[in-house]
Amino acid sequence: MSENNKEITVYNYLDYLNKKILMGSKCKKCGELFAPPRRLCSACSSTDVEWVKMSGKGTLAAYSCIGVGSKFFVDKGYSMKRPYCFSVVKLDEGPMISGQLVGVDATKPESIKIGTPLKVNFLETEVTGDEPRIDLGFEPA
Amino acid sequence: MGNLSRKIALVGAGMSKFGQHFPTKRNPDLWIDAWINAVENVDNGIEPKDVDACYVGNFTADLFNHQGHLGPNMANLVGLTPKPAPRFEGACASSGIALREALLAIASGVHDVIAVCGVETMSEVPTTMVTDALSAAADTTYEYPAGATFPGLYAAIASAHFHEYGTTPEDLMRVGIKNHENGKENPYAQMQQTIKEIMESKKARLISQGQEAPEWKDEIDFLSSSANPYIASPLRLFDCSLITDGAACLFLAAEDVAKKFTDTPIWITGTGQGSAALSLHDRNSLTSFIATREASRQAYQMSGLSPNDIQIAEVHDCFTIAEILAMEDLGFYEKGKAAEAVKNGESKRDGALPINTSGGLKSKGHPVGATGAAQAVEIFKQMRGKAERNRQVKINVERALTHNLGGSGGTCVVTIYQK
Repeated sequence: MSENNKEITVYNYLDYLNKKILMGSKCKKCGELFAPPRRLCSACSSTDVEWVKMSGKGTLAAYSCIGVGSKFFVDKGYSMKRPYCFSVVKLDEGPMISGQLVGVDATKPESIKIGTPLKVNFLETEVTGDEPRIDLGFEPA
Repeated sequence: MGNLSRKIALVGAGMSKFGQHFPTKRNPDLWIDAWINAVENVDNGIEPKDVDACYVGNFTADLFNHQGHLGPNMANLVGLTPKPAPRFEGACASSGIALREALLAIASGVHDVIAVCGVETMSEVPTTMVTDALSAAADTTYEYPAGATFPGLYAAIASAHFHEYGTTPEDLMRVGIKNHENGKENPYAQMQQTIKEIMESKKARLISQGQEAPEWKDEIDFLSSSANPYIASPLRLFDCSLITDGAACLFLAAEDVAKKFTDTPIWITGTGQGSAALSLHDRNSLTSFIATREASRQAYQMSGLSPNDIQIAEVHDCFTIAEILAMEDLGFYEKGKAAEAVKNGESKRDGALPINTSGGLKSKGHPVGATGAAQAVEIFKQMRGKAERNRQVKINVERALTHNLGGSGGTCVVTIYQK
């Protein structure tokens, strides 16, 4: 099975992400684009859907600098004094996607502006006795 | 979409005191408190033999208390064994769903009388675990690794609403100030203090500790200060609802039997439920909840009412921004206009459209799975002129609405009540 014939699943999407590739999918019937990818087109119900590589470029649509974080982020050392920025990003291709926004001052939320052009930044987290974990992130372009 | 095939009345409603009760009270104790309170509010009395089924709404006792299978457990405690006792889950809309499903079951003719239970004990686990459990109501695959928390998602919505409509942090603060003014008048509320009283007591405490007296001019000044830290910008501590333990109980009866219980039933004439993608990024709008628009569309159509007909409403203010969104998505105000209405006092107890006279989730408290049923308790009291202390609205309420959201807007249940 060639790369592009891999079934569109969460597992395979995350597998691409671990190789620092952001993938979406495109419905060959109606042209709808999905990122994260979907195997069943939720616009026209077609299953004739293919992988597409996303540019990773977009603009900031919504964000929050979070002081009381989820456990994963608390474990990474974030706190009220050291907030992190959660963001929703509108990709240039159309779909929106969620990622941590880095390269901004999360202690000064008012300094971060909706509409700011962004580019993808694949974030590595050290995992004891394993390959580093890769999560989707963005930074100002 | 069809209508309810027979009339259904709310004949009794009650709740436990909301607050942080663990370890002295847990789900079984709180539910018994709510049941007893609701039984007392049924004019002609009600007994377990009158009740055909117990519909339980609970988000996640599984994570909060390591207890699943709550339906038969709650039913047994109030003498309803071996009657049907399903449990419904839709995050913070769990008991709104239980209420709706009870209506549909009575309308079907299968049952005549159903007890609806909403129950949640959140304070058993530390705050980090509460945050994590609540974030399970958001998308775990894509949003959680990006850092999303429950407040963080509503905060992101607020950032977009600020950007699109010019809403300000002060607009959000006014929602909280108003809801605390109502909660002060509710003996069942978790925080029975106004923001002003909280500010004065903080000031007094600082002075008694020998610190310099803070120069807070008014509530807005206090809420804009470091005494009210960011949880998830732009939302600060006092923009967030509380971590609460509590339960609520409703008795619903078909028209044929309702008269047995009361001469002044509250008819439920409209119910609607909507859904949306869990992830904000999978939605068309970041500033409007499609689930609310859909649920209210159904409920208005079923009842034959329009937003203008509604006289009071309990809306799901898990965060202050959520009350603004609800006022707009329920059709009470145009998009971007709700903040101005709050500023003008329209949503206060004596305003044109009182909202959250109970104190809302912000001041009354938000035991997530119990909230939908507790909203109906307030409407039951207001429509019968029985709201405690000074919070009874002065108008004769003929038409009211409750709005119960799940998660970050993935589920919504809207219910309409008429005399």
